[in-house]
Amino acid sequence: MGKCIITNNIRKLRFHADEMTQQDLADKTGVTRQTIVAIENGKYFPTLELAFRIALVFNTPLEEVFSFKLEESPKNEKE
Amino acid sequence: MKEKISIQEKQILVSLITSVLILAIYSLYVYQKYMVGNMAIINDFKFWGKAFLFLIPVSIAAQIIIHIVFAIVNKILTNEDISTISDERDKLIELKSVRISHWIFILGFLLAMGSQAFGMQPWVMFITLIFSGFLASVIAEIAKFYFYRKGI
Repeated sequence: MGKCIITNNIRKLRFHADEMTQQDLADKTGVTRQTIVAIENGKYFPTLELAFRIALVFNTPLEEVFSFKLEESPKNEKE
Repeated sequence: MKEKISIQEKQILVSLITSVLILAIYSLYVYQKYMVGNMAIINDFKFWGKAFLFLIPVSIAAQIIIHIVFAIVNKILTNEDISTISDERDKLIELKSVRISHWIFILGFLLAMGSQAFGMQPWVMFITLIFSGFLASVIAEIAKFYFYRKGI
């Protein structure tokens, strides 16, 4: 199975939400600022619950916040 | 760009240093008070029982005091509050590091029992148990630091 790549637009969404701070987003979603930092930097992938909470803060669908791509493995490429 | 050390990472470093210091100071204290000139005590089960029983509350109390002092010093120096909430990422990191520490302690426990199975002196078992407990706690802290820094 190929490697999955999850990216997010949280930084961009915060910018469009009047440059919302990481702390504000953390407070609104009930996590620490460090967790928001880790998510933005792709070092932590949140649970579905937190992902939906983040989407709810920006009043946007989940797909606008997170995107998922499946990278084909070399074996599949040969086929 | 070099990443700034987070409050959780600072707390882990404090815990790590505290664990090393507590065991070193406690071992030195026990050695000087009970073992100097009376090495026969090393095979006394009562002695080891007391040493284990006192190490646990002493270590918990010292950790609490040092963390309070750290919180005060950190607030004065950086004006940063220590987070009282533990979110899903903190819990996941805690779970993963506890699992690692659990396996290390189990390995130490087996080594300790093995020492008795092979007819070694009882003190070998007690030292192995103390050392594996210490190693398990140190590696758990290192694992936590790694997960906070590199991601999970």
